[in-house]
Amino acid sequence: MLKDLFKTRPKYVTVRPDQQLRRAEPAERKEIPDGLWVKCERCDQITYQKDLAKNLKVCPKCDFHFRINAKERLNLLVDAGEFQEMDANLKTINILNFPDYENKIKKSQKNTELTEGILSGRAKIGGISVILAVMDFGFITGSMGSVVGEKITRAIELAATEQLPLILISAGGGGARMQEGINSLMQMAKTSQALNLLSEKSCLYISILTDPTMGGVFASFASLGDIVIAEPDALIGFAGPRVIQQTIRQTLPPGFQTSQFQLEHGYVDMIVMRKDLKATLVQLLRFHGGGNRDGN
Amino acid sequence: MVEVTEMAINLGPILEFEKPINELEKQIEEIKVFSTEKKIDMTQQIEALEERLDTLRREIYKNLTIWQKIQIARHPKRPTCLDYIGMICTDFIEIHGDRLFRDDPALVGGLAYLDEIPVTILGQQKGKSTKDNIYRNFGQPHPEGYRKALRLMQQADKFNRPIVCLVDVVGAYPGLEAEERGQGEAVARNIREMANLSVPIIVVITGEGGSGGALATGVGNKVLILENAYYSVISPEGCASILWKDASKAADAAATLKISPDDLLQMEIIDEVIPEPLGGAHKNPTDTGVNLKDVILKHLRPLVNQTREENRAQRYQRFRAYGKFLEG
Repeated sequence: MLKDLFKTRPKYVTVRPDQQLRRAEPAERKEIPDGLWVKCERCDQITYQKDLAKNLKVCPKCDFHFRINAKERLNLLVDAGEFQEMDANLKTINILNFPDYENKIKKSQKNTELTEGILSGRAKIGGISVILAVMDFGFITGSMGSVVGEKITRAIELAATEQLPLILISAGGGGARMQEGINSLMQMAKTSQALNLLSEKSCLYISILTDPTMGGVFASFASLGDIVIAEPDALIGFAGPRVIQQTIRQTLPPGFQTSQFQLEHGYVDMIVMRKDLKATLVQLLRFHGGGNRDGN
Repeated sequence: MVEVTEMAINLGPILEFEKPINELEKQIEEIKVFSTEKKIDMTQQIEALEERLDTLRREIYKNLTIWQKIQIARHPKRPTCLDYIGMICTDFIEIHGDRLFRDDPALVGGLAYLDEIPVTILGQQKGKSTKDNIYRNFGQPHPEGYRKALRLMQQADKFNRPIVCLVDVVGAYPGLEAEERGQGEAVARNIREMANLSVPIIVVITGEGGSGGALATGVGNKVLILENAYYSVISPEGCASILWKDASKAADAAATLKISPDDLLQMEIIDEVIPEPLGGAHKNPTDTGVNLKDVILKHLRPLVNQTREENRAQRYQRFRAYGKFLEG
């Protein structure tokens, strides 16, 4: 019977990667282990570690974007050998004598091979000079304390002085860093107000939000780009999903605080796949005179 | 007698550390009633007890831990933003709405005079009762509240009118709609745009200075704080649950975070601590209002004579300097 044909037909639902549901507890997502094989958190596909790296740590099957660290991000975006780090000599101090803070710093330094949670410097992207800063989630959940805030502010000031475009790449799950208390909160004001210097000089500021961009990072410089780009699959928001759930005592809707959610609500301009990020940046930089008014 | 009972009700709940004071007060009252009823002269005993009460009050209220101060800051009878506006200003006209979504009752503001100086004054508004608190969302603004604040502040800038921000918020609201309507962006924009304003801005933390929700109206030329208030990057409960996986250790977290007015003064986050009457603002709102007005005007008057560029530069330098690190 003709009817039976329809009965056996499997049902498909087409879902774009950025519409797919994220994991229930994104904050606890583990870094990619050192083993040979990696299992995708979304589609369970098992991929050979080297193949995943070749694919920019994006699942070859479902396009799920795994987190990458600051150095991997530089390799992805910056022209070979064209990154000169600045302010590498800024060191964190435990101003509040906060318990276990020094240990946390040491552990983060060991794991990330960075002195603090951000790399900033002069860079060339597609031959265009920019000021670039990249946060690293592996450093106390990418939180912003005095050093991170100062490095961002200096990067902004330098971009304004030299009239260069500024690119800030956020990965701040922790927001303002609790261990430095009120001083961390003040970094939100320090970084945000510095952005006014760029406006006065008509300098372009591109903010790139990667997984996760939350709390005081999202509620300061990260939200204030002339252009705001999100990577797919990023958790982006102000209050943490668990805190919201505890407060409103309701299950949060699927896709809440994802890149797609922020795009739909008008808080990011575009979602760009990792493989297209550099080309998109170059295109945007060219639109703005390749950087400064003289168009270098 | 009747008067005392009413006073007790008006003052709201008695805090744990106030119980010895309360017990002694009751004891004195009982003796007074007894002496009146039995017509026995007990003046001497009463005087002695009242002296002890006085000492006890001083001992307790002058040595409050930050956690105890936070209990006072959160006291349901603590004066709210509109109370303070009523006490320190004249001719207040409330202004409503963000012109984008709706009027947020959790953040109020308008035009008023501080003595002869016309100002824009605004702040988070906590409720006076359960019903009022639900209406005011416990003084936690939604994005439209922050945007209303920004609209009022930019209006003040246009008309060269100084701004006074009274801050009392437990923290930004962790709600679904607040996220949908871009709470993060609203806070960020407020911070950046406040830095751009050219009129003097006085910020007073009157109760709770809760993180991003407080900073959204907190970028001032001068930042003041009431004696029983706090200003923190995270709530003590939140810090305790991250640090020790136990929100009940909030008292320890409050001490660790160094969020008391004295600590903040030492760290130069705050310019001056405004004294409250013994036991907290709610014990004597009128006196609190007098102190508040005096200190605001003391800091505002010199700023009124600054140029617009000086106002802006002063604010920029203040916030540019924050952060402690080693270099080299």
